[in-house]
Amino acid sequence: MVREKHIKAQGISIVLCGQAGMGIQTVEGILTGMLKLAGYNVFATKEYMSRVRGGNNSTEIRVSSKPVSAYIDRIDILVPLNKGAISHLRDRISADTVIIGEAELLGDEVSGDKLKFVETPFTKIANDLGNKIYSNVVATGTLAGLLGMKLDEVCEYIKRAFSTKAADMISNNVKAAEAGFRLAADVSTKADIKISISPDAGVKDQIIPSGADAIAIGAMAGGCNFVSAYPMTPSTSVLSFMAKHGRDSGIIVEQAEDEISAINMAIGAWYCGARAMVTTSGGGFALMVEGVSLAGMLESPVVISLGQRPAPATGLPTRTEQADIELALYAGHGEFPRIIFAPGTLEQAFYLTARAFNLADKFQMPVFVLSDQYLVDSYYNTAAFDVSKVKVEKYVVKTATDYKRYEITPDGISPRGIPGFGKGLVCVDSDEHDAEGHITEDLGLRTRMVDKRLRKLESAKAEVIEPQLYPNCKYKNLVVCWGSTYPVVKEAIELLGKSDTSLLHYSQIYPLHPQTADYLSKAKRVVIVEGNATAQFAKLIKLHAGFDIEHKILKYSGLQFSVEEVAVALKKILK
Amino acid sequence: MDTNVFDMGEIDIAWCPGCGDYGILNVLKKALAELDIAPEKLVMVSGIGQAAKIPHYLKTNFFNGLHGRALPPATAIKAANPSMTVIAESGDGDMYGEGGNHFIHTIRRNPGITNIVHNNMVYGLTKGQASPTSQLGFKTPVQVAGVTLEPFNPLAVAIALDAGFVARAFIGDADKTKEILKKAITHKGYALVDIFQPCVTFNKVNTWQWFKEHTYYLEDSYDPHDRSAAFKRALETEKLPLGIFYINPNKSAFEDNVGIYQQDNRPLFEREPDVNRLRMLIRKIRAAG
Repeated sequence: MVREKHIKAQGISIVLCGQAGMGIQTVEGILTGMLKLAGYNVFATKEYMSRVRGGNNSTEIRVSSKPVSAYIDRIDILVPLNKGAISHLRDRISADTVIIGEAELLGDEVSGDKLKFVETPFTKIANDLGNKIYSNVVATGTLAGLLGMKLDEVCEYIKRAFSTKAADMISNNVKAAEAGFRLAADVSTKADIKISISPDAGVKDQIIPSGADAIAIGAMAGGCNFVSAYPMTPSTSVLSFMAKHGRDSGIIVEQAEDEISAINMAIGAWYCGARAMVTTSGGGFALMVEGVSLAGMLESPVVISLGQRPAPATGLPTRTEQADIELALYAGHGEFPRIIFAPGTLEQAFYLTARAFNLADKFQMPVFVLSDQYLVDSYYNTAAFDVSKVKVEKYVVKTATDYKRYEITPDGISPRGIPGFGKGLVCVDSDEHDAEGHITEDLGLRTRMVDKRLRKLESAKAEVIEPQLYPNCKYKNLVVCWGSTYPVVKEAIELLGKSDTSLLHYSQIYPLHPQTADYLSKAKRVVIVEGNATAQFAKLIKLHAGFDIEHKILKYSGLQFSVEEVAVALKKILK
Repeated sequence: MDTNVFDMGEIDIAWCPGCGDYGILNVLKKALAELDIAPEKLVMVSGIGQAAKIPHYLKTNFFNGLHGRALPPATAIKAANPSMTVIAESGDGDMYGEGGNHFIHTIRRNPGITNIVHNNMVYGLTKGQASPTSQLGFKTPVQVAGVTLEPFNPLAVAIALDAGFVARAFIGDADKTKEILKKAITHKGYALVDIFQPCVTFNKVNTWQWFKEHTYYLEDSYDPHDRSAAFKRALETEKLPLGIFYINPNKSAFEDNVGIYQQDNRPLFEREPDVNRLRMLIRKIRAAG
């Protein structure tokens, strides 16, 4: 069967869909937690509406014998929790999709004979236990059973997950999971679905962070000790993580009155020796733009975690897009250097965010970590981040009485002193200034200062992260992508199975890697995959590498590309 | 400490002759010297405007940032190293206009900084337009029919927000201004000192003479701990009171509230991440129980 072939290759795809506040997150959290603990490879991503209650939200959970980290269209098992869920996912439901749920809740949506629907009395079982609240755990038990988990593993995990609750709550949840688990055999028979996924020995020692977790922990590992931000989806989860763990880790986390204040605080903090970060999204970042320019003039380090979402203006607050490259690249009046990272994996999100602090400090310029809703909200098992691989590099100097903050140097980098460390004075000014930091209108000096600031970009170019080539260094077709689309495009290429086609992923998009033209000109055909409407990275490549990418696969609906979608689009171009 | 430790020597000062800013500069140097605050332990933070140039005329650390944005970096500087004395100083346009939102929320946040505002009721740097404190009817090249916006009352706003220290001075009286500044600088938490300072070039209404005639000192018996009374006095407009309007000594400062200095008083630049804690945190992500 086609479905069994897919499951063997890509694992199983379970989708939960319901209104906000109905408990999708409960099922998702418990199921992924127990699967990961039992050693299964797990990936989860969500798409949700910009509302606290109601609407139609869905979460995709992939479980596989092999590592999985990308969004796919295919749904093997759908758990709809309310009326509207099936219509919401109509385009992704096939004749093979097994739908489990309660007809009473779903209405006429399940009456069509084309759907493979199996009635599962989650609510009845929950009510028999005394409260319909247990229905989510019943459903979790059924899914665990379908996936071939062991019942004792499931019960053990439920006990742990509810360990802080009252004793009867714990035992009822265990009973709910057991009852749900027992439904699985019946579902399996009725739907004629057999799932054979085996645990992977390596998974147990791994961790299962989201993109937001990875960015926040990366910041901590990079020595971040000051976060100032204004909440904005999808960046808020990074802020919340830092706030939750900040005090115990010696990190000041402050919600500013607006984004303007947030970035000015961060720059003030760096000035006085902190390692500061702001977290924001496009609309909030737009307010920070004058602050980016200030960092350019003051030659202040600042780390900007920018989670993209569809715009202009308020756009689609809870959706994803890759349309802020140009905003990040050109933000700020005047000319000054910057660095932009765009992690594609959780590992990259961790290491690059940590690196952002070292480079910001070293080159005294803004460093961006450009993510998006998809990256921030998705999670999967990955090797535990190795803190010993991250070194906090500090470039602050102790000042002498004759210290000059903006001494003109060959590489453009002036030793950076901070007030209160040494005998010197540290004077910084947003006006054009002399070596001591005082306002100047000496126009010759102005020219030398601009040159000095821009020389730092040349220094930063020597440390650009190389793009990642996968799987072969010999290729006829080259697919270029950047940021969060990496795992999607990678899996699409695997699915395509063309040995002459490779992927080139950029996790640093600016400065552009100097060998870009070499990589691209080796290919007969080059395709770029970007989550925006105007191929912004292709434009950047054209500008800085002089290479015109002919084929573009673009998406800007607010959803991430699916693996199948990229594979189909590539197939058309590469036929 | 000798006042001359703050002297810059022969420098070209951009202020007009007769400007009230000179007086504030001198008084500030004296206040700092009398308080024995060494230049390297002080950070002056300013925005943009004539008053905001003051850090360039006084030998110390400074952060001359963006228009309206002195208070956020000043807050962060104090929080990053609470042993520094931090003064955020700019004009009425910078602090109350462009930076109005920061003014409100910095008071709420209560960092241990002194906020000195040169209030001349006019824009100097951009040549004579109305400022947030310009009086009704004040005519300018932009407000050609006279100001119709209600003047911003910084003292009333600060008292309404329960700022820990609220004062107004007139630089025509250097000694009293100095005493107010010294009290403000030694206050723990946020302190506002609004200083009347005539603009001799662009404000021909609120002159030295006008301020002399329209101000008076709060009487010796006045108790600055009564918030309602302070608010009432801040609303007076016939004649404008000078002195310390309000003190609330019971507020804890932002840098104490951030919760990281109780166990460890080292400034942020001396700290390293706790690698073991971080390893544990990484292990605990999304792990149940």
